[in-house]
This record gives sequence, structure tokens and C-alpha cells, in this order.
Amino acid sequence: MLKFIMATAVSVGLAMPAVAQETKIQVGLIFSLSGSGAVLGQEMKRGTDLAFELLDGKLGGIQAEFIYEDDQQKPELGIQAANKLVRSDRVDFVVGPSYSNVMMAIHGPVTRSKTFLLSPNPAPAPLAGAECDPFYFATPFQNDQTSEAIGQYVNDQGFKSVYILGPNYQAGRDFLAGFKRYFEGEIVGEVYTPLDQTDFSAELTKVRASNPDAVFVAYPGGLGIQFVKQYEQAGLKDQLPLFTAFTVNGSVLPAMGEAALGVKSASHWAVNLDNPGNKRFVEAFEAKYGSVPSEFAAQAYDVIMLIDSAVAATGGNLDDPDAVRAAIKAANFESVRGEFTFNNNHHPIQDYYLLNVSKDDQGRLVQLSEGVIIEDFVDNYAKDCKM
Amino acid sequence: MPAVLVEQLLNGFQLGILLFLIAAGLTLIFGVMQFINLAHGSLFMFGAYFSVAFQQLTGTFWLALLLTLGASFLLGLVFELALARRLYDRNHLEQILVTFGVILFANDLVVLIWGFEPQFSGIPDLLNGHVALFGDVGYPAYRIGIIVAGLAVAGALYLFVAHTRIGMLIRAGATNREMVALMGVNIKLIYAVVFGLGAVLAGFAGTLAGPIVSVQAGMGERILILAFVVIVIGGLGSVKGAFLGAMIVGGIDTLGRAFLRDVMDLVMPVAAASQAGPAIASMLTYLIMAVILFFRPQGLLPVKTR
Repeated sequence: MLKFIMATAVSVGLAMPAVAQETKIQVGLIFSLSGSGAVLGQEMKRGTDLAFELLDGKLGGIQAEFIYEDDQQKPELGIQAANKLVRSDRVDFVVGPSYSNVMMAIHGPVTRSKTFLLSPNPAPAPLAGAECDPFYFATPFQNDQTSEAIGQYVNDQGFKSVYILGPNYQAGRDFLAGFKRYFEGEIVGEVYTPLDQTDFSAELTKVRASNPDAVFVAYPGGLGIQFVKQYEQAGLKDQLPLFTAFTVNGSVLPAMGEAALGVKSASHWAVNLDNPGNKRFVEAFEAKYGSVPSEFAAQAYDVIMLIDSAVAATGGNLDDPDAVRAAIKAANFESVRGEFTFNNNHHPIQDYYLLNVSKDDQGRLVQLSEGVIIEDFVDNYAKDCKM
Repeated sequence: MPAVLVEQLLNGFQLGILLFLIAAGLTLIFGVMQFINLAHGSLFMFGAYFSVAFQQLTGTFWLALLLTLGASFLLGLVFELALARRLYDRNHLEQILVTFGVILFANDLVVLIWGFEPQFSGIPDLLNGHVALFGDVGYPAYRIGIIVAGLAVAGALYLFVAHTRIGMLIRAGATNREMVALMGVNIKLIYAVVFGLGAVLAGFAGTLAGPIVSVQAGMGERILILAFVVIVIGGLGSVKGAFLGAMIVGGIDTLGRAFLRDVMDLVMPVAAASQAGPAIASMLTYLIMAVILFFRPQGLLPVKTR
């Protein structure tokens, strides 16, 4: 009995300093800060830096520390960064990465260490369905939803035949598959181009010859810039409406120039969404960086605000993972998207808007929401998740 | 159908012209100095970035083009004096290693100066329209402009190499540089000129490509690989070979992408053709290169060396 009391006293004594040292909330952020994918990673960092500043460097009122790691869009570096953050730094949350390929690599190591992984951008299909995990939250969307929404819109608008193009890799196929899932008309042509192809003149000639009602593409990054510019130069933009997913965003608009005017896309967020969270974010972003925020910055900002609300809800006590999970899932914060709820598979249920490129009153190119396409959009894989 | 064919041929021709401009400089540098310059793609990239910067400075495309040519020439000279000059006597592997390092350095330098975001390069107003072919099919005037400009440069390059004294010295240097040096010609000056010329051609290609492609770090590498295929097919050191190789690569690549899938549609189910067609189209250029190398390893129009 005495031994028992002594053992308990010693354990309590040992535990006390550990609790006393827990004065900082540590967040590890794995972004693509250099290399070819750096545009996205840097934009996300702008979002998280802004959130850090607006929250006075505190999460839930407690002093926070952000540890940034660069994965250079390479899965092996992402794994190294993830292991460092969860094993040696022992962070409380991991935010990241910037791209789906790295996400598939770090998902296992982070969730197995029972650290919460919150994605600010990639939301690949397997992780939304059968491989959903209690420690994984995808805050922006599920990858397929964007092209599904634009497919729905194109369908609703009465277009009967569409020519679709995308890059020849997994995400490209997923994007086009998402479009086909919701568009019920005729797919006149379906083309997958190599990732390093810079000249689309051959494909554009074929598009024109096939005479569809509309064209849908999903070309991220530089591919999108090239395609949209060449689409406009070929004279197709005035004749054939161009619908896109993941092609037009804040970071590539300046390079596309006026060729992007009138190009439509779908998104869960637009810079002109009218809610208090978004107004605050856009104003602060413009004041700090002097440019229009992209959805990548908005999503990353939202993740930090979500963590802030979860830490506040648990009163700073992160020892009980179930309580933390419930607090994150409650999503009781002012999102830049307005009303925000998580589904059973930890992916959001949210509205999707139609975005069109136009010029704001300062002459800058912006994507503005022109209305809701789908309300409370649930992703395609939620039913496969057992949670 | 014929209109589509003509349009696709024009597309291939235009791609070929762009490739030629890069390949010509690359092959000259290899032919005269036996120097493998992996960083040639970076010269192309700098050409695009310079034209963006000068466009923002001067507001016009044409003035920016002239300034870019000058800046590219200077860049080429600097590169030659500072780095390339020391590597002529080294073996090719070391040259590859060093110029690969230059690629990495150039990509980071470009990001340091201009940032991560892709840059906007605009089409001049004069060429911002369409030329009517066969009635109502409009072909982008800018691409016609590229073809015209490229042909003009190709013609000027031919005249320069074949009918001027310096051109003669360059050709002599490509054939037997020791003899040229022994005959009292300042061979170092020749090398510098050739390098500068190659840089100007690459910079010119970069300026022309700017409005159609994405101006960002790493844009040179994709086109560099195709350029190497071109000079290998054409024959290392041969400008005529570079032209022929460029036309072949540009044509095969474009026509393959345009028609291969339709051809395969005739013999296999649509879904399979949809996957196989583009895959084979992108392999086609390398297949052609392998076949040509197998039967004629010195290239199609090689320089006769003694």
C-alpha cells in the first residue's frame, strides 16, 4: 500500500513539470517553399503568417510557435520534415503540405504518431474515403469537388457537348473524372497532355475542328498560363466558353493577363464573399502584402483560425486527443467561407460558387463569385469512410 | 480536313522554328568549342525574363526585343569569359556537371530577382490578331510572326556563317581548331563571338516564346531536352542539320499529337486510344531520334571533320 502511494506520488511529481512546461502551442508547417511548386507554398505561408500576426502569435490565447519546413514538392523531403516535426520537435499540430503527392507520403507518419494533420490544400480521394483517419482533417475541400461543381454548372447551363483536356498525371485524371461524374452531356474529346508540354497549338486546332459547345480544362500552374494564353491567341475564347478547375487562381492571373478575362471556374471561396471572416482576411491581406489574396492563402489562414478555435475550446489542454478532435470537428470559428461544417470523413460540407475573371476598380485581375452552383456540397467519397 | 492539316503543319513549323533558334546556338557552341552547354536553356529563360523586364521599362515589345538581344549577348560573353573558357579543355562529363550547376544557380537567381510567380509577357499590338487562311479559319498572327522572324534569322545565320570572314573562321574552327589557332587567328575571340551569338539566338527564342509559354524558373529545361534531340538528329556542330532536325522534331511532335489518337481510334477502343495516343505521341520524337542514330549515328547533315 505504501509502495503504491509512493509510486503514485512519484508519478504525479514527474508529471507536474511536464504540464508546467506546456506553455507553448507548437505548430509544424510543411510547405513547398522552394523549387517548382514554391508559388503555392509561399502564398500559403503568407496566409499563415497573416493569421499568426492577427492572433498576436497566440492560439486559443496561449503563446504559439510556428515551425516551417520546406518539402520542395518532394515526397521524400516531406517525410523527413514530418518525422522531424512529430518525433523530435513533438509539435501539437501539423499543417501541410502544399501538394497531394507529398500528402500521400506524410499522411501515414503523421497520423500514426497520433498528431493531428490538417491539410491547407491537398485533399486526395483515398484519404477522404476508405483511408480516412481520425487524426486527419482536410480543411479546404476534397480534390474532386471543384471539377464536379463546374461539371454541374456546365450541365445546368444547357451545354450539350464539351471537349475536355488535362495533364497526364493522377491529379489530372481525377479532375477530368470529377467533371465527367456530374456533366451529363457528350464528351466530344478527352485529351491528356504530357506535363512538360508547352505548346498546345495542335490540341487547340483539334478542339476547333471538333466544334463542341464548350471546353473544360484542368491545368495547374504554368500549364494553365500557357493554355489560357494560347486559347485566347487562337481566337477560341470568343467563340467557345472556357470552363476550368484549378487553372485560374490568384498566383497565375498576373501572368495570364487579359487572356484570362471571362474564364470561368468553380471554387469554395472567392475574394468577394460577403462574410465577416472573409472581409477581415482580405482587408488585412491587402494591407500587409499589397496584393489580392489567392485561395491558397485563404485556406492556409483558415486552418490557423480553426486551430485557434480548437485550442480555445479545449482551454489549452491538448492532452486528450478525443477532446481536441471534437473541438476541431466543431469548427466553431469565423471561416473565410462563412458557415463551415465538417462531414464524417473530416472533409468540409460547403457551398460552391461560380467564379469569373474580371477587373476590380484598381484595374487588377480578380476572380469574383457570381453565385452559388451547389449548396452544402458533400464529396463523393464520404460514404466510403467508416468514421 | 485539309484546312486542319495545313493548320497543324503550320503549328509544327512554328514549333520547329523556335527549336531551331535554340538548337542553332547549342550546336554552334558544341561544334566550335566541343563544349556541351546544358545551361543553354537558362540563356533562353533569361531572354524571356529580360524581355519581360524591358517591356515593363519601355512599354513597347520591339524596343524590349532589341534591348534583350543586347543583354543576351552580354550575358553570353560574361558566361564565356567567367566560366566556359576554363572548361574547353576538360572532358564532357565535367562540362555537363558545371553547366548543370549553372542551371540550378540561374533558376534560383531568377527567383531572387523576379520572385516565384510566373511573369507576364505580352504580344505586341501589331501581331495581336489573326491571319485568314482558307477563308474563315484564322491563324494567330503572332505565330506567323514567329515563323517569319525565325526564317529571317535562319537566313541571316546562313549568310553569316557561309559568306563572311568571321563565319569562315567559325566553320574552320569547327573543323580543326588547332590549325586555326596555329594560323595566327585569335581563336579566343572567335570562341567569345560564337558563345555570344548562341546566347543571342537563345535570348531571341526566349523573347519570342515569352507570350506563348509560362515565364517562370525552369522554363528552359523542358525545351533544352528537345533542343538536344534536334542537334543529335541533325548532327553536332551543323547549323543546317539543326534546321532539318528542328523541322523534323517540330513536325513529328505536332502531327503526332494532332493525329495519332485519331489513327489509333480506328484500330482500338476509344478509351485505350485516349491513353495510348498521347503517350506514344510524346515518345515519338525520342523513337525517331533512336532510329536515326541507329542508322546514321553522325546525324543527318553532319559537319565534315578531318
